[in-house]
Amino acid sequence: MLDALTVAVAAAALALAAWCGFAAYRDQPTKDWHFIGMAVVSVLALAQLVVGIVQLGRGERPDQGMAIFIAYLVGSFAAVPAAGLLSLSERTKWGSVTVSAGAVVLAVLEVRLYDIWGG
Amino acid sequence: MAESTTESTGRNESEGGKLGSGPGRVLVWFYGVFTVAAASRSIVQMIQDFGKAPLAYVLSAVAAVVYGFITFSLVRGGERLRRTALVCCAAELVFVLTVGTWTLADKSAFPDATVWSDYGAGYLLIPVILPVLGMLWLRRNRAAA
Repeated sequence: MLDALTVAVAAAALALAAWCGFAAYRDQPTKDWHFIGMAVVSVLALAQLVVGIVQLGRGERPDQGMAIFIAYLVGSFAAVPAAGLLSLSERTKWGSVTVSAGAVVLAVLEVRLYDIWGG
Repeated sequence: MAESTTESTGRNESEGGKLGSGPGRVLVWFYGVFTVAAASRSIVQMIQDFGKAPLAYVLSAVAAVVYGFITFSLVRGGERLRRTALVCCAAELVFVLTVGTWTLADKSAFPDATVWSDYGAGYLLIPVILPVLGMLWLRRNRAAA
């Protein structure tokens, strides 16, 4: 369950990164549809956070330690909303670059999460 | 250097917001991420087992402070913070290169990695790219700020 979500979040994050990267390439700021995309990715990351904590509650343990696992879960959840907030007040293509960079960071966090859980 | 090219982006902002907008916004994001990454890394590791690699953990904490200060300067803006941030970026680059070389030369000093180990290879080499971009951006804003 957690591994499936990790793959899903990573794939969605890369799609968002490409989408916002394309907007930046066309010299456009983030628009409503981009924010809906960010919301979708954030909801997936939130689901991952919840499932991760439920699995910890069931007594399953990540390979590389609890604290690191929880830190990465929370970081994954916060990454895209934080980048989205930065792009709200940056109404140029650089706002799109920021969200794109945020989504790439999320994808990297997912790769690390996969290792930390021991998938 | 490109400091003379002041692109007219059509925005008339107060001096304060300038360093953190446009391309600066992307820098704010990366510096913010690295502040959180380095800080949480050093905190978690110090709590878990400080004795294992005290040097590495202290260096991560130093990195967090430097990153945090640069993030703050970019967001606040202003000439004085711009200059201090420029110095911090230069120091950051020196740190990355020094620690990167040190970790390669003397593995035994670092039983555990820092953000700056192997020139930041564990972080996609961003730690070595970021200060260079930061300095270019801060220099370019000299006239504007």
